This record gives sequence, structure tokens and C-alpha cells, in this order.
Amino acid sequence: MDKPHITLTSYVSGFILSVSLTFFAYWAATSPSFESKSALGIIIVLAFLQLVAQLVFFLHLGKESKPRLGLFIFGTAVIGISILVFGSLWIMNHLNYRMSPADMNSFIVKNEGISQ
Amino acid sequence: MNEIEEKNNIITLGFWIYLMTDLVMFSVVFSTYAVLHNSTFGGPSSQDLFQLPFVLKETLILLTSSFTMGLAMLAVQSRKAKSAVAWLAVTGILGATFLTMEMSEFAGLIRDGASYTRSAFLSSYFALVGTHGLHIAVGLLWIVIMICIILRRGLSPSTSRKLTLLSLFCHFLDIVWIFIFTMVYLMGTMH
Repeated sequence: MDKPHITLTSYVSGFILSVSLTFFAYWAATSPSFESKSALGIIIVLAFLQLVAQLVFFLHLGKESKPRLGLFIFGTAVIGISILVFGSLWIMNHLNYRMSPADMNSFIVKNEGISQ
Repeated sequence: MNEIEEKNNIITLGFWIYLMTDLVMFSVVFSTYAVLHNSTFGGPSSQDLFQLPFVLKETLILLTSSFTMGLAMLAVQSRKAKSAVAWLAVTGILGATFLTMEMSEFAGLIRDGASYTRSAFLSSYFALVGTHGLHIAVGLLWIVIMICIILRRGLSPSTSRKLTLLSLFCHFLDIVWIFIFTMVYLMGTMH
């Protein structure tokens, strides 16, 4: 991973982009004009946009010369993290669903159309 | 490519591998929070506790510190030791402000009976935000050390390599905070 030539433009554009994305996310989360589901979608997308902006403008990811080992290691970490995060949430939600207390059981019975 | 440059590249790559494993560790704490954030055990929930305007200020301070770290690196690139020290000092002050705000938030929560022992939600909250705060504290220590090194030895090639690693560390912590801001604070206070 070699050190690319860094420029002021890169940092300034990264900073402006990050600040505006932060304000936009804050506004989307607090404004009553959005439904909670669409606001949730918006702020998640904005967080990932800001991730990309900071990776490119602050960390200069992908601007190294070939072979792009830094980018490769980052990609591997992202795959590992996705499996970890989504796997945990998936398993734990399933556990909650299957090992639920009595009042939840009656909800599931109703929900799934099972008659007891 | 000469020998020093090649050595620098290998060291930077090694540090990058460390950062990525640190990211995996953060993602574990994030998952824990995501799983437990509704388990309030009858105690206060995220909607009762978090104050968004305060957290927005924290976020902007951390973002600015990431930017001033970039300015310090530009000064290092053009071999201006004095302005590098100045921007590093600004970064350090902003980081210290952020950490102080976070500690006062923690102190307020504990004072109001919402400490990490109250519920699984609060345990995971303190674990996640506290881990980030601990990293910031280490970063602050590193900034102080680097300022001392520049003042004593100037901008030697090995110093500027260490500064590159420090800047990676600061930007990395900023990225982790974006996700704490979004997942813990914005999502936690939405209706």
C-alpha cells in the first residue's frame, strides 16, 4: 500500500461532502415529514455514502498502485463483517421467534394461521 | 522504487491489516448492540436517553478533527514542520473536546441511574461507544507523542511514515463514528 500524492481538494471535498451528508441524515431522522420506514432507509443509505466518501477522499483507498493490496484486504474485511453482522441478526431474530414466551406463542399461532 | 519506500509501503500495509481486524472487532460490538438494543429490562430506552443536538455537535467536532488531520498530512507532504505541528495540535484539541463531551454524556447517564449495569441495552451501548472512546484516547496520546517527536527531530522520513499511520487511524475512527451516529443515535431516537 503506497502513499499516494494527497491534495487539498481531496480533503476539502471529503469534508464538505461528509458534513452535508451528516446534516441531511440528521434532518431525515428528525423531520416529521418522513415515515419511519423511509427515514430509516434514507439514513442507512446516507451512512454508506459517507463511508464511501471518506474512504475515497480521506483514506485515499483505491488510489494506490497495482497490486491494490489495501483495497483487497478491505474487501475481505467487508465480506467477513457482512457475514458476522447479518448472520448474528438473522440467528438472534430466529431465536427470539422460536424460543418466545407464552404470549408471543399465541401471537405466532395467530400470525401463521395455525389453530391450536 | 527505493528501499526505504518499499519498507514504508510494507509497514503501511501491515497497519492497514490491523485497522481492518479492528473493524471486525467493532462489527462484533455493533452486532451485539443491534441484537440487544430493545432489551431494556424495564429501564430507560434509547428514546428516553439520547439527545440528538448534543450528538450532532460531537459528530461535527470529530469530522472537523479528521479534516484537520488531513491538513496536517498536507503540511507533512510539503515539509512544513511548524504548520504540521499546529494542525496536529488543533486535531488533538478537537479530539479532546469530543472525548470530554462523551465522558460527560456517560457521567450524566450513570448519574440518572442509566449505567451499564441497568440493562442489556445499556451494557451493549456502553461497550460500543466506550470502545470507540478508548480508541480516541489512544489516538490523542499518539498525537501528543508525534508532536514531541516532530519538535525534537523534525520531519524525518520515519516520522512522516508514523504520521501517515496516525492519519489512517484518525480517519478510521471517524468512519466508525458515522455508524455509531447512524445506528445508535439516529435510529435509536426515531419514532
